[in-house]
Amino acid sequence: MLSGILIFNQKGENLIFRAFRSDCRPRLADIFRIQVISNPHVRSPILTLGSTTFSHVKHENIYLVAVTKSNANAALVFEFLYRLIMLGKSYFGKLDEEAVKNNFVLIYELLDEILDFGYPQNTETDTLKMYITTEGVKSAIANNPTDSSKITQQATGALSWRRSDVKYRKNEAFVDVIEDVNLLMSATGNILRADVNGQIVMRAYLSGTPECKFGLNDRLLLDPAQASDTTPGRATNNNAGGKSKARRAAAGSVTLEDCQFHQCVKLGRFDTDRIISFVPPDGEFELMRYRATENVNLPFKVRPIVREIGTTKVEYSVAIRANYDSKLFATNVVLRIPTPLNTAKMTERTSQGRAKYEPEQNNIVWKIARFSGQSEYVLNAEAILTTMTHQKAWSRPPLSLSFSLLMFTSSGLLVRYLKVFEKSNYSSVKWVRYMTRAGSYEIRF
Amino acid sequence: MAMNKIRGAFTVPRKGETFELRAGLVSQYAYERKESIQKTIMAMTLGKDVSALFPDVLKNIATADLEQKKLVYLYLMNYAKSHPDLCILAVNTFVQDSEDPNPLIRALAIRTMGCIRVDKMVDYMEEPLRKTLRDESPYVRKTAAICVAKLFDLNPAMALENGFLEMLQEMIGDPNPMVVANSVTALQEIQHTAPETQALQINSNTLRKMLMALNECTEWGRVTILTTLAEYKTSDVKESEHICERVAPQFQHVNSGVVLAAVKAVFLHMKNVNPELAKTYLKKMAPPLVTLVSSAPEVQYVALRNIDLLLQKQPDILNKELRVFFCKYNDPQYVKFQKLEIMVRIANDRNVDQLLAELKEYALEVDMDFVRRAVKAIGQVAIKIESASERCVNTLLDLINTKVNYVVQEAIVVIKDIFRKYPGYEGIIPTLCQCIDELDEPNARAALIWIVGEYAEKISNAGDILGGFVDGFNEEFSSTQLQILTAVVKLFLKRPEKAQGLVQRVLQAATAENDNPDVRDRAYIYWRLLSNTSDSNATKNIPPEQFVGHGRFGADAVMRAAIEEQIQNARENPLAAAAAAAAGGAPPSGQPQSNVENLLDIDFDGGAPASAQTEPSGGMSGLEGLAGTPMRVASPAAGAPPQASNNLDDLLGVFGDSGAAQPSSGSGSADLMNGFSGLDLSGNAGSSQNNQSKKSNDDIMSLF
Repeated sequence: MLSGILIFNQKGENLIFRAFRSDCRPRLADIFRIQVISNPHVRSPILTLGSTTFSHVKHENIYLVAVTKSNANAALVFEFLYRLIMLGKSYFGKLDEEAVKNNFVLIYELLDEILDFGYPQNTETDTLKMYITTEGVKSAIANNPTDSSKITQQATGALSWRRSDVKYRKNEAFVDVIEDVNLLMSATGNILRADVNGQIVMRAYLSGTPECKFGLNDRLLLDPAQASDTTPGRATNNNAGGKSKARRAAAGSVTLEDCQFHQCVKLGRFDTDRIISFVPPDGEFELMRYRATENVNLPFKVRPIVREIGTTKVEYSVAIRANYDSKLFATNVVLRIPTPLNTAKMTERTSQGRAKYEPEQNNIVWKIARFSGQSEYVLNAEAILTTMTHQKAWSRPPLSLSFSLLMFTSSGLLVRYLKVFEKSNYSSVKWVRYMTRAGSYEIRF
Repeated sequence: MAMNKIRGAFTVPRKGETFELRAGLVSQYAYERKESIQKTIMAMTLGKDVSALFPDVLKNIATADLEQKKLVYLYLMNYAKSHPDLCILAVNTFVQDSEDPNPLIRALAIRTMGCIRVDKMVDYMEEPLRKTLRDESPYVRKTAAICVAKLFDLNPAMALENGFLEMLQEMIGDPNPMVVANSVTALQEIQHTAPETQALQINSNTLRKMLMALNECTEWGRVTILTTLAEYKTSDVKESEHICERVAPQFQHVNSGVVLAAVKAVFLHMKNVNPELAKTYLKKMAPPLVTLVSSAPEVQYVALRNIDLLLQKQPDILNKELRVFFCKYNDPQYVKFQKLEIMVRIANDRNVDQLLAELKEYALEVDMDFVRRAVKAIGQVAIKIESASERCVNTLLDLINTKVNYVVQEAIVVIKDIFRKYPGYEGIIPTLCQCIDELDEPNARAALIWIVGEYAEKISNAGDILGGFVDGFNEEFSSTQLQILTAVVKLFLKRPEKAQGLVQRVLQAATAENDNPDVRDRAYIYWRLLSNTSDSNATKNIPPEQFVGHGRFGADAVMRAAIEEQIQNARENPLAAAAAAAAGGAPPSGQPQSNVENLLDIDFDGGAPASAQTEPSGGMSGLEGLAGTPMRVASPAAGAPPQASNNLDDLLGVFGDSGAAQPSSGSGSADLMNGFSGLDLSGNAGSSQNNQSKKSNDDIMSLF
């Protein structure tokens, strides 16, 4: 398992060195500095030298490094480092060199708590915050035996993510469905890849220990006949399957390719009868992540026409069209149009929004603050190139688009219900919000 | 203000810092003491030696302030080794703390005790550990469980004597899932370091308990349990089915460590359950794996590496998901490389068009390494999928037409490999020859030269092309030189009238002006072979089936026979054998006398029989791929048939003879050229022989 956790700044100074096992020698810090930080040709986040493996993550301006001497689960190591970053963020606002230097005592304390002999222990932020506190707040609770036995109950309990004594005057739950839509379109206009990575973030302000049930317009749930999807024998009639798929999409259900759930969701129940049931942590958390690849509604269609005229001129004509309902509007639409490296002068005209040439990025950045549905805008531009001594083909990186669009889901996902059951039987108010953003929305030309 | 002071410690130490710290540590004010401890810890992190403060820090251990206690403990853990005697002073506090009413302090005490790796401390650990293992608070129990592993690491005998292992084994049945997970963790660790303890023995009872805890414990605990389950050898199919069934829901966990551990467990147990059910699980694990590919780059990398391994066992679990592995423009390089490898792995008839279009796109990017890999991937696809080879070749030709230097070079290397598997694409050779001037890397040049030599009879100006290379022979890298040599000889054999002068020149250059032993050796062997056969018709009648690596008897068989004969001979008459071996290596009459002293002959005299007897495998493995080793194969054979030593005119004869020594020898006539390329084949796995091409295809495949 983990032999030690090290934190470096960009210059390679060791800010935190916490060894969990005797085989993590101080010399390892120098080895990492030489082999990774001062080595410009680092190929992978994992470096194995002899029996020692360094796994590192770069965050802001620091390196977080895990040292392992055994054959550890690499994914676990990285997940742990991410968790450490998350903890740092929630404790200090952000985790950078400054924060590490200012809070090194707390970081040691945290590391001591979340790792024992190199094995990760409880890393739930809410629980940790109960007994590991930032400076200023006296750790009075922790010093009181009765309170602290409560803490330890929670730190090890089956519901380690929730305190039992939560009380709210008004019981509310907010559900945000946030989708990142990814697109890769070829130069000929074929869609090479279109999929949706969605996450459902919940903010629960509910008293007591509520048990929640959550329903989506998930195809497998709505159409139990199709639940046999996961059992063998389906491959026999692929054709029929394709047809019924299309029908179902019309009926308003969504095929989720894969779902991942927060710790609190009872995975066994989901696996058997597709019911998402859980006791939520208090406050904000990510309830689930999902992926959908069928029937992805692409909110924007971009048609670039780029002509290279001789070796000195490039003409652009880029049209972008919104495919969603005209009542909706997208905000912060930014289209980045790559230009050749040797662009000398740029002229651009747009029918809406503002376009600017950014030489340092080799991009034309076209911003449209508000983009109503069903409208179409065009950008025309012309780049004059300087002549270069050796002619090298322009590699034409893809155009990339970013936007955010409220009350729209690319996958068509809808929240059907959220039920809250609690002993005291209080009524609760629920709010749902949908948003679609651009993930990696790339169009080649 | 306190912040500033702390940050001040990161600067260069002032004189007398230790003194100041010490003064602070013994101050009468509690806050000053605490601040000094913090500064001491800071100095420790920076790698300064503050062990001199040990006694003073230790004085602060008895405090009600939990934070301060933790700091002192941290200091203790670091420097206990340097002051083992003074540690004894802390023991009392630890023992007291382990009975504190506050569970946090009890846990802290037992956790720290295990980390102070001093013998004296270990002696006092027994009692507190026993108590805390039975503590009422699960938090303390789970900490104590790990502490057993720490103790075992320090003093295995003590851990065994006091029955801590048995206590841990009982704790697998603890009602608290986290305690269960940590007990399994500790036992697993002990089992790994000392398998003879049999610490972690799973039976149906513990299995049930672990599966129960699996759904309730923390994500990290789940990883431990899943890993243990993966290592467990089930006793019957029912158990395997049960494990798969309970583990499969974990595919949906948000933590990628859990997902991969679950995949591993199911994957290993899947092979015991019935194939239908196994197929269901394979289907179930595909979507989570694909999801991992869109996570953060580091985890993505880990996932891709794992997917690569899974695909080796189950090549078709992801064959519909090709698009997921398309590289994004700003993916890190390590992710892109891994994706390329996986794309080649899941390429099949149906998705190959899409894949080629994508690879072509990559080949036009700017990152040179990535472009090379992409071009190489096109070649791998061609060799993997025969029906797509033509499309691959066309794609490569398109890339060559871009005239981007490094793309062209890589494409030529790749095309050479395609030629080796599918000889039928001569049509594109003129296009390749056009870029001859652009090639500046040795392997690209070597590849082109190989193509020219291989198809010499179809390239009208092959002589001119090779002539150009021969002119600059001594400026080339040795790998290119070897190719030039072979190609010129091939040309000569195919069109003797045109290349007579050229072959002379290249042999001269390679033997007289070159100091690389490989090049010289190869030149000598060619020279020898050529000079003895060009003027005698005797060998022309040897059927090609008798040559090495040809027909029913491969080089291995020939060599084995030769070795056996040699051994047999040596046993019967050592003296004669030695003489024969020497005679076998002696230069034939036609050879210029000067060659007697050259390296080649030395090799033939002494080295050959010895190597034949001691290390035959060396020669055989050489056959499989290295163009430089036909000589080594020849050496043992040269001394092989001693009775014929004086009749041997040339090496070819040797091959003919040892071939004839085998029970089968087809007689027929084939010209020298065929025969020679038969020999050449053993080195180059060339594809000019029809009946051989099948086998050499396999060779090429295995090379990949």
